Amino acid sequence: MQSSVRTPYDRVVMAVPVTIPYVRYSIESAQWWIGRALKALVDGAGIAPRDIDGFCVSSFTAGLDSGVGLTQHFGLCVRWLDTIPLGGASAIAALRKAARAVQAGDARIVACVAGDTNHVDSFRYTLENFSRFNQDAVYPYGAGGANGSFALIARNYMRMFGARREDFGKIAVAQRSNALRNPDALMKAPLTLEQYMSARPIADPIHLFDCVMPCAGAEAFLVMGEDVAASLKLPAVKILSTIERHNAFGDDPVQVRGGWTMDIGELYTMAGVKPDDIDFVQTYDDYPVISMMQFEDLGFCRKGEGPDFVRQHDLTIDGSFPHNTSGGQLSVGQAGAGGAYLGVVEAMRQVLGQAGPTQVKDARIGLASGFGMINYDRGLASGAAILAGPGS
Amino acid sequence: MTEPIVKPRRKNPLLRTRLPTSPPRARSRASHGFTRAAAEGRFMLQRCGACGTFCYPARDACPACLSADLVFADAPRRGALLSETTLHVPADVHFRERAPWRVGLVAMECGPTLVAHLHADCEEGQPVVMSFQLDKSGQAVAFAHPERETPNMADDRQWREMTADPKFRRVLVTNGRSIVGQEAVAALKAAGASIVFVGVAEPWKPFRGEDALRAIEGVQIVPLDIGDEKSVADLAADIGGKVDILVNTTEHVRAGGLLDRQGTSVVRDEIDQSYLGFVHLAQAFGPAMRMRGSDGVNSAAAWVNILSVYALVNWPAFGAYSASQAACLSLSHSLRAELRPGGVKVVNVFTGPLDIDWFQTVPPPKVAPRVVASSIVSALKRGLEDVFVGDVAEDIRQRLAANPKAIERELGA
Repeated sequence: MQSSVRTPYDRVVMAVPVTIPYVRYSIESAQWWIGRALKALVDGAGIAPRDIDGFCVSSFTAGLDSGVGLTQHFGLCVRWLDTIPLGGASAIAALRKAARAVQAGDARIVACVAGDTNHVDSFRYTLENFSRFNQDAVYPYGAGGANGSFALIARNYMRMFGARREDFGKIAVAQRSNALRNPDALMKAPLTLEQYMSARPIADPIHLFDCVMPCAGAEAFLVMGEDVAASLKLPAVKILSTIERHNAFGDDPVQVRGGWTMDIGELYTMAGVKPDDIDFVQTYDDYPVISMMQFEDLGFCRKGEGPDFVRQHDLTIDGSFPHNTSGGQLSVGQAGAGGAYLGVVEAMRQVLGQAGPTQVKDARIGLASGFGMINYDRGLASGAAILAGPGS
Repeated sequence: MTEPIVKPRRKNPLLRTRLPTSPPRARSRASHGFTRAAAEGRFMLQRCGACGTFCYPARDACPACLSADLVFADAPRRGALLSETTLHVPADVHFRERAPWRVGLVAMECGPTLVAHLHADCEEGQPVVMSFQLDKSGQAVAFAHPERETPNMADDRQWREMTADPKFRRVLVTNGRSIVGQEAVAALKAAGASIVFVGVAEPWKPFRGEDALRAIEGVQIVPLDIGDEKSVADLAADIGGKVDILVNTTEHVRAGGLLDRQGTSVVRDEIDQSYLGFVHLAQAFGPAMRMRGSDGVNSAAAWVNILSVYALVNWPAFGAYSASQAACLSLSHSLRAELRPGGVKVVNVFTGPLDIDWFQTVPPPKVAPRVVASSIVSALKRGLEDVFVGDVAEDIRQRLAANPKAIERELGA
C-alpha cells in the first residue's frame, strides 16, 4: 500500500444539496424523479438549465437511457458527461469525477444526480438482472437478493467478532430516532430494541429492521468552482479528501472488510484531520452490519472492535457519535442509486448548518461513505469523502 | 438429521393441483459448462490453462493472469461451509412457496468460494462435498452435501428438488416383454417406487419372465402397444394423471443399413416402433406430467429414454437402427425443452450393444440389462440427464469428442 501525494481539491466546492422526498411506490418513471432533482438544482442555485455544462447521473431504473439519452430528455447541452452505475458508491464516485472535471476546467457547473423510481415489481426486476455473476451464481440460490448475500456476511462477522443482534439493533434504533426528526423519512413510527429483536426473520440473521425499504426518490448536488459559487452567493461545501476502491481483498473467503481499509491513511492525510476531528459520520447503511464494518474500516476503531464501539457510543444526533443523522436508508428509505447520495447530501446540509431538525450542533467536518454492488458474494465498490463547511 | 419422507396419501381429486414454477433460469453462455457437468454428474470448475487457478463463477478471462484459456476441468469436491443463512422471504414465486430455504458459502479447498444450496445435514464450519445439480429450471446449481453419509440422506427436502428419486413415486415402464424392461421394474421397485405400471402389448400372450414380474408387489401389468396411437391414448386416459416417472424401454433392433435391405418395410417398422412410439407416448403422457411437476412428494419428475449410443454417431452394421435412435435423440431434446416448464427431467441413458438376442452376433463387451436398470435408478436418484452405460458407450463418447471424423470412418470400416 503506497500512499501517493494527491492534488488537493483547491477552489472546487459542492453546493445546493437536493432531496426529492421519497415515496414507497411511484407510478412515475426514473426520468421524472431525475427531472425533479435537476429542477430543484437550478432553482436552488438561481441558474438556468443551460448553465449546467456537466452532468453525472446514476439510476437502476432509467431503462434504456444512459446519461446521453437523458441530456436530450432534459434539454441539457453539456460538455462533460458521466453515467455511474456503482450503486451505493455512486455519489462518492460522482463527486470525485465532477470535482476533478471542474478543477481542470473541463466543466464549470456539474449536476450530480441519482434518481430511481419504484414500481410495484421493479425491485424484483433489479434483483433478477443485477449482474452476470449474480444471475449465474447467486440469484438461482433461493432468490434471496441482497438480504441473502448480506446474511452470509453478517453471520460470519458475528461469529468472528462477537457482534450480537442487539448491537446491530442499537444502530437501527438510533437511526430511527434520528429519522423521527426528519420530515422526509418514510419511517414515521418509533422503533424500540424490543421491536427490533422480535421482528420477523428475513434471512437469518437478517431480520425485518435490518433491511432497507426500497422506494422512489432522488438526490442531487452541484459541483462548481469556488468563484462560481461565490458569484451565485451559494453556501459552499469544501471537499477535504476522497477515496475510492473496487474489488479489494478478493482473497478474503468471506467479506469482513471493505476497500476503505486500503486507503484510509490517505483519506485522513489528504484532509489533514484525524478521526477525532470528525463531527458526524454518514455511513452506507444497507444493513447495520455494514455500518459497523465502516466504523472499523474508516478508522474510528480497530477491526473487530465494531461491536464494542457501538456499545460505547450514543449514535443519535445529539449523541457522542452522531451517525446517519437523517435516519439513513434504514429509516428514510432506499431510493435505488439515491441511497448512495443520501449520506453525502445530508453531510452537505450538516456542514452548511442547513440540516434543520436533524442538525448536529457545531458540525464543521463530516465524513460520508459509500458502498455498493454485491456483484457475487461481497460488496465490491467503496468510497468515502471528508467534507467541511465554509467557515472551517 | 433428515426426517424420512412419508408416503403421500391418495390425492383428493377435488383439490387444485399446485402448478409448477421455475427457479431463476437466466445464465451466461460460459456458465453452461456447469450445466454440462451437472447433466453427467461431474463436478467441474473453470481452470486456467496458463496458471492453473480454479475460478468461480464462470468467467471469460482468468482473474489471476487474464488468460482466456479457461477450461472446465474436473475439480476436487471438498470444501468447508463458511457461513449459512435460511431464506424466509425469497423474492420469486418458486422459492417463496418453498421457504424457508437454506443456502451457504462454501470455500473450496481448490480455491474459489461457491454460493450453494445446502443439504440439511451440512453444518457451519464443517467440511462439505460439492456437486452440480440440475434444478427445476433445468440449469446447473451448486449443492453442498455433508462429508459423510447421514440417515435418510436422500429424503432431504432441498435435495429431492434436484433429483427424480423413485421413492414413493409411480412409474410406467413401457415394455414389460423386454429383459431391460423387466430388470428396470425390479430395480425401480427396489428403489422404493410405490407402483410400477408395466406396459405389455397383447397381454393375453404369455412371455418369458411374466410370472416373476407379476409376483412383485405393487407391479401392475397394463395393455400398451406404443406403435398404436389409440392404445397409448387409452392407457394415458386411465393412468396418465399418476405417472410420475416414465421409462421408455422400447426396443426394436434390426441389423443392416440401406443397400442390403430390400424396400422400406423394416425401416418403417423401426420408425413406427422407436420414433412414432416415442411421439405417441410424449403426446399422451407429456402434458399431464408437465402439469404435475410440483405436485408434492410424488410430483411428476422424470422421463427416461434408453437410447443406443449409436444415436450419436452411425454404426453402419446397424445403420438404419442407428438412424432411428438418432431421430429419438433429437426428439428427446425437444421433449426436454417442452417438459422444462414443469421441472420434469428428460434422462437419456446411452448404452452400447445390449446382451440380448438381437445383438447375438456382436462381439463383447455387451451391456447386461441389469446394469442398464441400475443405471436408470442411479440417474434418477442423482438427478442426471445424460448417462453412458458400459465400456462401449463410454468409448464412443470419448472418441466422438476427440475426433468425429475418425470415429465415423472407423465404425464404417
